[in-house]
Amino acid sequence: MSVRTLPLVFINLGGEMLYILDQRLRAHNTSEDNSEKVLNDIVWTMFSKPFMDELLKPQQLYSHRTLKTVLTRLAHSSIMRLNPASMDRLYELMIMAFKYQVFVCPRPKDLLLISYNHIDAIRELVKDTPAVVNQVDETHRKIIEVYASSSEGEFQLLRQTLLIFFQDMHVRVSLFLKSQVQNPNGRFALLTSGPVPHRVDVPGLIRTFNSKGREVRRSEFPTGGSYTSPIREGSFELHGDRVIRLGTNMYEPYTIFLSMYNPSCNASTLLQTDDAPNLLAKEELNLLARLMGSMKAENVPGVETGFRISLFTTDQEEEEAEASGGAEESLCGVINIQAMQDEQAATELARIAGQFAEREEESDNPSSSKGDDLLAMMDDL
Amino acid sequence: MYHKEKSIQIKNSASALYNNLSVLRIAPRRLTYFTVVHANVVNMVSASWDGLNYSHRQLQSKEPNVATSTSLIMQAAFCVLPSRDLLVVTSQKGIQMYESDGSIMVYWHALDTPETPTAQAVFARGISAVWENYICVGVSSGSILVFDVPSKGSNITLSEVLEEHKESITDMASECSGSQECIADLVSADDGGNLCVWKSGEEFQLLNKISGFDMSCSSVKLWKGTVVAGYGTGQIRLYEAVTGILHAEVNAHARWIYSLDIAPFSGLLLSAAEDSLVRVWHLTMTPETNSVEVAHLHNECVTDTQICGAKFCDGDGYAFAVTGYDLSEIIRYTQS
Repeated sequence: MSVRTLPLVFINLGGEMLYILDQRLRAHNTSEDNSEKVLNDIVWTMFSKPFMDELLKPQQLYSHRTLKTVLTRLAHSSIMRLNPASMDRLYELMIMAFKYQVFVCPRPKDLLLISYNHIDAIRELVKDTPAVVNQVDETHRKIIEVYASSSEGEFQLLRQTLLIFFQDMHVRVSLFLKSQVQNPNGRFALLTSGPVPHRVDVPGLIRTFNSKGREVRRSEFPTGGSYTSPIREGSFELHGDRVIRLGTNMYEPYTIFLSMYNPSCNASTLLQTDDAPNLLAKEELNLLARLMGSMKAENVPGVETGFRISLFTTDQEEEEAEASGGAEESLCGVINIQAMQDEQAATELARIAGQFAEREEESDNPSSSKGDDLLAMMDDL
Repeated sequence: MYHKEKSIQIKNSASALYNNLSVLRIAPRRLTYFTVVHANVVNMVSASWDGLNYSHRQLQSKEPNVATSTSLIMQAAFCVLPSRDLLVVTSQKGIQMYESDGSIMVYWHALDTPETPTAQAVFARGISAVWENYICVGVSSGSILVFDVPSKGSNITLSEVLEEHKESITDMASECSGSQECIADLVSADDGGNLCVWKSGEEFQLLNKISGFDMSCSSVKLWKGTVVAGYGTGQIRLYEAVTGILHAEVNAHARWIYSLDIAPFSGLLLSAAEDSLVRVWHLTMTPETNSVEVAHLHNECVTDTQICGAKFCDGDGYAFAVTGYDLSEIIRYTQS
């Protein structure tokens, strides 16, 4: 399958991760300095030249395990620490968000616009640090260059590769359930209405031609949907209006992207929830962060303090967290994050992640598997 | 016109791949075989016509006698030749050919994979039986491998490599009307929407090349000398194979078409796309005026599903089956 998936995977998953972390840091009243430091450090590492160059090499997509390990390492390039259970939850949210974006992407090439939406938002997050912004711009230029010559067919192959990667994952996300982009059974909604993608004609017409190429007959057929003409095309430049809203920050209040894809959920409905915008989203994130240890971010000048974020540590604490949901229990009822059933896998993952603290001294690793080079290189940063 | 029947459950969900359903009807045994690809596995179901017996088998993509290293499968398709039926499976590593029940692998062909991956992905995709004894398989480079298949046994050989396409092959189809009069035997399609029309033989002959419009043609059929092609724009186009004359153009779907099929005895056409719709059409050829008429007959919506495979289960189009991404069932419809 496609050998060009990794740069887009990291930009989009990394972007989703930053949206969530940004929201969490603010919700916990983390000091602005610490928040900025965490986000800047992660973005700096993610968009660094060696990291990106490694991703840009033609190669197969990593496994979920490897991907999660690399993303954990990425998160830990900042002063923040996440335990494996928290990372699992975070990973699920990131994956489902990206799966949704890839699934409903109007045409395969729009995967780039989704990626650029993430990059634009990341640029905004680090805008106060020019060095990091430059890094982001450089990477963005490289991405534009690398994918400039890809055809629609190649983008579809890339998309198909990603869809295989996401196959059978149906974790329910409260934000999606509320806006009805996801059904209670975990599957995403597909509309048979709305604007058709760029270069697609609105269905319904049959044209017949004679051997001279002249149209001799025209007839219509019922489409079973209600489609409209395409909207204008988004910009593929470094800066510009991307037009499609997939890939923008869905954790921001009053986000209007959902209304584009679900006519029954228009912007005014969302605005009505003035007091508690995206209640379920907030509740879900609160649920996730319920056991977040107090982030020991003492603002001692000149001394860097790491702080730990622990989301779910044990299943029991998870249940306690849900039970204490109180009045929002009915809403909690729809939140169905797959419980971590594979204790062994989790321990294994923690062991691998833990290994990275120890591995920093190792330079040679003869038995390199996919992603090992990348991880080793990250240790050198 | 059609109503939904009981679905067949499969062991894994279908992957988002073009033409991801193959059907083989075995009348003497009153059985139908279905194959659906899931990542590196082919799910085979054998269904008895009385609906009482289903048996399942899974095939993995790998080199024979190699314990590990499976690769992602691009397509699995039954190839019906006068003397035998084979199941052909194409992947990133190579091409496997099995007896039609999946019991024995009779042939393996490895693709040339470079040591370090290049920017172009490597895989085989596009499968068609042609005429008496050929099976043609497309490759990501645009080449078409022509295999000579004896009436029995595993002495299958690579007879020719056709180098005409410059972009990855997406699908291939042979003339399915059964008519001996048709000149063109095979049509091949690629990622740029280009179509090549061939005559088979010891040396395959290129009869015509129909340019694409820079939009991938994901599925193609050849019936009574007419090429029926489905595109990423959701359009279906009908061309006269040998001359390239455009007969008809249908704005059929709002998203990428993933599968086309024709019921050769009745001229029914099936189209399925990522927009969750399956449509049934009727094709009428009028040789006197050299024209083709397309009439729309029926729609089925598979809610919230991006369809990846749709095939008629018989030559008249009395029944058809559908697969969708992330769906672990084969949905069936029968004429009312």
